[in-house]
Amino acid sequence: MTSLPPTPSHTVGPFYGYALPFPGGGEPAPPCHPDTVTVHGYVYDGAGEPVPDALLELWQAGPEGEIPGAPGSLRRDPATGRHPGRDGVEFTGFGRVATGADGHWAFRTLVPGARGGHAPYLSLCLFARGLLHHLFTRVYLPDLPGQGSAQAEAQTRDPLLASLDEERRGTLVAAAEPRTGTFRFDIRIQGEKETVFLDFH
Amino acid sequence: MPLTQQDLDREIAAARADAPPSPHPPRDYPPYRSSALRHPHRAPVVVRGDDPDLVELHTPVFGPADVTELDSDLTRQHRGEPLGERITVSGRVLDSRGRPVRGQLIELWQANASGRYAHRRDRHPAPLDPNFTGLGRALTGDDGGYRFTTVKPGAYPWRNHENAWRPAHLHFSLFGTAFAQRLVTQMYFPGDPLLAYDPILQSVPEAAARERLVAAWDHGLTVPEFSLGYRWDIVLDGPSATWTEEGR
Ligand SMILES: [Fe+3]
Repeated sequence: MTSLPPTPSHTVGPFYGYALPFPGGGEPAPPCHPDTVTVHGYVYDGAGEPVPDALLELWQAGPEGEIPGAPGSLRRDPATGRHPGRDGVEFTGFGRVATGADGHWAFRTLVPGARGGHAPYLSLCLFARGLLHHLFTRVYLPDLPGQGSAQAEAQTRDPLLASLDEERRGTLVAAAEPRTGTFRFDIRIQGEKETVFLDFH
Repeated sequence: MPLTQQDLDREIAAARADAPPSPHPPRDYPPYRSSALRHPHRAPVVVRGDDPDLVELHTPVFGPADVTELDSDLTRQHRGEPLGERITVSGRVLDSRGRPVRGQLIELWQANASGRYAHRRDRHPAPLDPNFTGLGRALTGDDGGYRFTTVKPGAYPWRNHENAWRPAHLHFSLFGTAFAQRLVTQMYFPGDPLLAYDPILQSVPEAAARERLVAAWDHGLTVPEFSLGYRWDIVLDGPSATWTEEGR
């Protein structure tokens, strides 16, 4: 078996903002889809300060746990070179947003379904100036009041969550907010309540 | 008192002596000041990549409608010709088994020939070029190949330490066959004297790995009467669902 050594990672730097974010990047859910939820939060550094120049990517399964196979996240118009947005129909499972000056980000997306023995989750990849190698984490969603405990039950059996102690596990589960369908997930890069980050081997 | 380049050189040497061998930079890297509060204290939790039910072993799909032909030619995105030395940068994107990564998205962004980004917050007093934005996109071909036409970016100063300069570089973003293979990195140019002084490049512990970030001059890629040629191949690591299917 050949094994080629990998190309090293580098920081995304401070000036990706005109290059990587794209219109509709925070809205993977097809427009007006009735099951759209908002997942949002802040990114904090080791001093507890918001990170205003982070980039977050979202990748997830669709509502039935299926891996989205449709292109169309970043459609470009060949005549004008402009970005007309997503194709408006397909769920591509991919989103990308930069944090605002206050470190805030938001995705409007669909609730993922479970795959195999895993509880449903959103996969997040975090890039930032100062971060030489991106960080992977996951967002697990809580059950909504009055809608049973399916998520909580799946999460007790989830191999990753089950391997973590309670405090660390808590960093991966979003909090339901009073407004229905809105979930809060803060990312703490360093220090107290540091988010669990993942490495895939 | 601001740190001088000599102070930095000492810090780089010290960090190198401490670093475990790795093709990737440590996230905790004191010579790169901005990393101080932006690296986790705890080790990442390892997830075994041998389960195709993991979402991270799959990846978003991009298609021809996501890019246009002009996206890979950064010299033709405005009415006039950009200033600077035109270059052709081409190579292949492979996984660690040497298999081509096909039909996946590559994004490139860069400063102009004067070392200035078309970004509102770049205050480096070098001229903006109305005919250059510095943003490219392409899909890899069946052999994993890509090709960009652009101009050679200028070096630029930054405030990491006193008289700190970034060597000329292109920023690259790549998708593999799995989200776990995602890579954002930078390509450098051979023979650049600034390479030895740059804490970003020097954050990579292994000399051979640093060399993999430097493109090779390739006379065969030069376009007569038009552009100079550089070759840069990219290898993505991390597991993929296809590995598992092959009984990894
Ligand atoms: Fe740069």
